[in-house]
Amino acid sequence: MGGSELWTLADELPESLKDQVTVKGATCLGCCNNEKPVKAPYAEVNGRIVREASVSKLIEVIKDEIGG
Amino acid sequence: MAVTNNAMLIRRELMTRLAKMLNEGTIENEIDRIPIEMRPRHSETSRCCIHKDRAVIKYKLMALLGFNVEDEEDELTPLSEYVRKAQERHRLTDTMLTVVDEACSSCVKANYVVTNMCRGCVARPCTMNCNKDAIVFVNGQAIIESQKCVNCGLCQKVCPFHAIIYQPVPCEESCPVGAITKDELGIERINKDKCINCGKCVVACPFGAVMEKTHFVEIYKGIKSNQKVIAMVAPAIAGQFKVPMEKIIGAFKELGFDDVIEVAVGADVTTQNESVEFLERMEEGAPFMTTSCCPSYVNLVEKHIPDLKPFVSHTKSPMYYTAEIARAKYPDGILVMVAPCTGKRHEAFYDPNVDLVLSFEEFGALLVAHGVEITSAEPEEISKDITNVARGFGYSGGVTNAVMAYAPTAKIEPVIVNGIDKTQIRAMKQYSKSCPGNFVEVMSCEGGCVGGCNVIANPKIALRQIDELMKRSKVKQ
Repeated sequence: MGGSELWTLADELPESLKDQVTVKGATCLGCCNNEKPVKAPYAEVNGRIVREASVSKLIEVIKDEIGG
Repeated sequence: MAVTNNAMLIRRELMTRLAKMLNEGTIENEIDRIPIEMRPRHSETSRCCIHKDRAVIKYKLMALLGFNVEDEEDELTPLSEYVRKAQERHRLTDTMLTVVDEACSSCVKANYVVTNMCRGCVARPCTMNCNKDAIVFVNGQAIIESQKCVNCGLCQKVCPFHAIIYQPVPCEESCPVGAITKDELGIERINKDKCINCGKCVVACPFGAVMEKTHFVEIYKGIKSNQKVIAMVAPAIAGQFKVPMEKIIGAFKELGFDDVIEVAVGADVTTQNESVEFLERMEEGAPFMTTSCCPSYVNLVEKHIPDLKPFVSHTKSPMYYTAEIARAKYPDGILVMVAPCTGKRHEAFYDPNVDLVLSFEEFGALLVAHGVEITSAEPEEISKDITNVARGFGYSGGVTNAVMAYAPTAKIEPVIVNGIDKTQIRAMKQYSKSCPGNFVEVMSCEGGCVGGCNVIANPKIALRQIDELMKRSKVKQ
């Protein structure tokens, strides 16, 4: 539930990243049930789980994945 | 609308755990373990120690079970005992918010503070400009003497190093009507006579000390009984999930609700009545009329701006009309209003047809607790008779838009009050003498119901979702 803010990611992506990233909604990643302590909200970037995800944190991870 | 933060996530986790246990029927046996499970020995803590964290969790659960934390008689009463009491409870109270004193940090009211960025400069414009001689220099650093300071903020404005900061007491700062203040022990207390149930303090407190009491126990009692349980969903719910409205309704059914009625049905009735009332009032020479569908605004007028009372529309809110319709269909049913704010919970308490309230946030917790994945929910048919404008009630300007559509010949000069704060209240106090328009729409939350204190989604995203639903709804001609 804390992940709703992440829906704004597509809008917040820097111009340089927009054509390199596809943002998709996901059903439950299952992390809340499998991890202790829970670090929701979770997101996934190229298979990499991001804990306590925020839009700015995701942008940093995306940059890191792309190598930019 | 709150920014995602840990206090919010803890509240949601507690709601989810509670809902799961209520659903599985294990609550009496397991609830006392929640504080230990969430803060096991040697785990990370949010406060001074795990014991404090556990105590806070316990009292937050007490609030979520529908009790005032202030009413605790014996500190040793376990949560399981509160569960038993809640299950035997037959009456709710009109106190919607409770302060968890263990969680309240008693934030110090020293509004302007000199930080260690002070360079002790030669110019010292802070001392030169302080009319109260409240700033002294000790060891080359400015210090504000709180007993002399009147919080004018001049020193902050003139400091060339931005070394002086304004530090608010978040709950007090957010309350537009001064209803939350410290008691003799330094703990925040809500004055019911002043409170308009806007829920801004719930969102503002960084310690999550202000809690809204839930009707979880009563809702589950209903779902597990033979009575029909009907969800009446506020229009803003259409924006809360990235799925069509049909799936949201489907998800309610999966949770165990027998029927779901969109409150937008009542919004059409409200708009119809309000349009007629507006035209009548204008004919009678009234200078202006204000809307009446935001309960916190109605409370504000009642308690703080009585001069505006004659100008508030007598038309009832969409919830009222929807509940009338629902009650006619289900005379013995349990009607649950699904709402984005504390204000609606308060309004519902006085509505003869509404039995219980579930907030959007609580609905989200129920989905997680039941393992209902909303994107996979079986879509249910939605009403084709509801107009596009009625479905737009959930955002600021939506009511005005609807009234304009229902009364196209009316010469409406709209005034939109998008969020109640101290400045807006000052402006509204002048309306009875001079109003800048003839139709005033007031929404307590910025952005309207999509920005309510109990929403899940970002209002920007919510608006897009509502817009999508409006586009495929019956167009009001």
